[in-house]
Amino acid sequence: MTKKPFEGVKIIQLCWAGVGVYTLNYLSHYGATTIRVETATRPDPVRLFAPFAPTNKEGEPVGLERSAFFSITHTAPELGISLNFKQPEAIEVFKKLVAWADVVGEGFPTGVMDKLGLDYEGLKEVNPEIIMFRTCGYGHTGPMADQPGFGSILTAVTMMDTMVGYPDRPPVPPSTYYTDQLSPMYGSLAIMAALDYRRRTGKGQYIDHAQIEAGLNYMTPLILDYQANDRELAMKGNKCDYAAPHGIYKCKGDDRWVAVAVMTDEEWQSFARVIGSPDWAKDKKYVTAASRVENSDELDRRVVAWTVNYSPEQVQEMLQKAGVGAGLVANAKDLDEDPQLKHYNFYRELDHPYMGKLRYYHPDPIKLSAAEADMHRPVLLGEHTDYVCTDILGMPRDEVERLRQKGVFD
Amino acid sequence: MLSCYRILDLTDERAFICGRALSDFGAEVIKIEKPGGDPSRFRGPFYKDDPDPKKNLWWFSFNSNKKGITLDIETKEGKEVLLKLVKTADAVLESFPRGYLDGLQLGYKDLSEINPGIILTSISGFGREGPYRDYKDPDIVVRALGGLIYTSGYEDRPPLTVSYHHTHCLGAMNGAVGTMIALSQRALTGKGQHVEGITQQALDIVCSAEIEGPYALFGEIPTRHGRARAAVTLKDASTFYNPLLWECQDGYLALNLLLNPTAARNNLSMMEFIKQDGISIGSFETWEWDKKSWEDMSREQAEELMEVLGKFFLNHTKDELLKLATENRFQLGPCNNAGDVLKYPQLVDRGFWKEIEHPELGKSLKYPGGAVMTTQGYVGIKHRAPLIGEHNDEIYQELGLSAAELATLKANRVI
Repeated sequence: MTKKPFEGVKIIQLCWAGVGVYTLNYLSHYGATTIRVETATRPDPVRLFAPFAPTNKEGEPVGLERSAFFSITHTAPELGISLNFKQPEAIEVFKKLVAWADVVGEGFPTGVMDKLGLDYEGLKEVNPEIIMFRTCGYGHTGPMADQPGFGSILTAVTMMDTMVGYPDRPPVPPSTYYTDQLSPMYGSLAIMAALDYRRRTGKGQYIDHAQIEAGLNYMTPLILDYQANDRELAMKGNKCDYAAPHGIYKCKGDDRWVAVAVMTDEEWQSFARVIGSPDWAKDKKYVTAASRVENSDELDRRVVAWTVNYSPEQVQEMLQKAGVGAGLVANAKDLDEDPQLKHYNFYRELDHPYMGKLRYYHPDPIKLSAAEADMHRPVLLGEHTDYVCTDILGMPRDEVERLRQKGVFD
Repeated sequence: MLSCYRILDLTDERAFICGRALSDFGAEVIKIEKPGGDPSRFRGPFYKDDPDPKKNLWWFSFNSNKKGITLDIETKEGKEVLLKLVKTADAVLESFPRGYLDGLQLGYKDLSEINPGIILTSISGFGREGPYRDYKDPDIVVRALGGLIYTSGYEDRPPLTVSYHHTHCLGAMNGAVGTMIALSQRALTGKGQHVEGITQQALDIVCSAEIEGPYALFGEIPTRHGRARAAVTLKDASTFYNPLLWECQDGYLALNLLLNPTAARNNLSMMEFIKQDGISIGSFETWEWDKKSWEDMSREQAEELMEVLGKFFLNHTKDELLKLATENRFQLGPCNNAGDVLKYPQLVDRGFWKEIEHPELGKSLKYPGGAVMTTQGYVGIKHRAPLIGEHNDEIYQELGLSAAELATLKANRVI
């Protein structure tokens, strides 16, 4: 059988919240062995995020295993060990894991690991070739190093909360935690590059991933425009400087919309044919992109007078068939039923002991011709504590039992 | 770290960031553009608004670090030169419409016959299979079908897309990660493969917990509520949307309003600051922060709290609120624009901004530094993007083309 891309790579996941997990998923989906370290005494806050899957057992408390947010981020095979770092012997077990591992990924604000003696220097003493990946909101140096970093705030400080809006109203957020899903790709590249480098040189390393800095790498054109032309991004609603029609148009149905973007003059000709070549479309004020942009308010009214007669699916189909960009403004149900995502087997159903069967788990947005993503329902807290201690670390069973009595695995 | 890899970049402007990210980690990335310049060079924004293809800011942004050569791969000679280059390369990046490279006999099969280790990474809006495989995928259309537009905007107006058209960067960055996954597998198997980075799916991951979660669990379809995007449940079991963004004296800020006992200390201390401004906190004088959560609050109280906070933020500037947040670990941050990030204290302290020389402009520009800092060398921008055909001589001579051959290719406008 073909070897998986990260076969033999051993990872410790000590990450709270989204970014670290999304980052490591790219490796865990493709063959790495990942052990997630947690404690019920101070659970990952994401395990406490609503919405929670309902239970069919009357009166069962919500607990730590029913958060939609947690479950949707942990879709790769993981082994779970519970370690309470308040117990000194938990640190000893953790160091055994470090000696076993190739990569330690953690996502706490600066100071948390350091106080436990588990910063890079500490880990290097145990395993000189270790790759330590640390992600936090603002990076591990500087005046904000110890600030917790929430995705909703990082989205604001990375300029991403000032890019959706109308000129006459305050901007709105592009999503809730936009940087949480944009910064991980840089983290994964860093870990994969570090593993590649270590394979060739034997050298490990420390990676400081600041979500604010990864996020700003997407924003370079706006930062250059400001320096070169003294210009900040202007809110344009759904309009485009160089193309029209370009917008979100109302369709038949309740709150149904379609995106239409006519990007070239050739596409404009096709668009006009699809809508039945009305006389107004022959007006010379619509002949060039520049004049269409100039007359876009009027043009938008004419486009919507056509789209309201059809469902967004119909508009999408008619225009795309004619080579014009158009797409349904998909809501949650539309995404669930999207034929393209179905073709790629994007949303998958997995069974979970507390949440039951849900069809919303998904792999990474990557398709490889020589490797499949391994999918698994989210790991339970400490689900494999015994297996990890005895089978992976080779600890005697009575020793594991002794540590359990002391609360090391709480 | 990746200096042993050579990557050929045939992408258009939507996917430039893919090769740029790999070059940040040291890979040798060769940007291949048409003789006369890539079409994207002719569309703004430009340096000093001068519509010169050598002054395109999008090109600057996502092609820095790369080498640049010109080559017309649609000609027979150009194709031969490309195949010679493929023999020396580890990966090829592309974002052409489906079938274009196959039509030129430059598809994955053709390339892997020349070089079985080659990785071909294709970046597209929807993917190269399935019912949308031939769809046009402009930014707004992919974003709509990716689920990010429906929940953005105000109830009384059409939903909103982004005014900064960066959406394809999400698929392109996943293409970069996919390329690294394939290189990792190649180290074990010796074989290359075809990789896809798909923007629609990258967008679905952005909206999965917030949008797909409630639908999968309860059949709920989240809609748009302006800036009020954080949904919480009140005492009467109704849903209350509290604003992620707030207005302050000179702009906006984001607030992550945690209202449960774990945040009691922070919330109490914020109330003290509010009172110092002479703003009455009304019924929150007696609210038990250490015991209560949203679930204990009436709608009236929730609205009262919004009013109190709204008044307080309007009293202050972004800078003042950032200082307050940093000193007190409040979960709020300014909605920065470009001017703000360039002077953001944390980034300045970390030496994040890199001055990059543009000798042709007689000027240097500040670029974002690396997305990570490591102990095995600098990651990030090193030098400005290439001029049209800047590295033709270097790359083609290294490939063994003679001066006479080069002259012929030039005369025939292949390079």
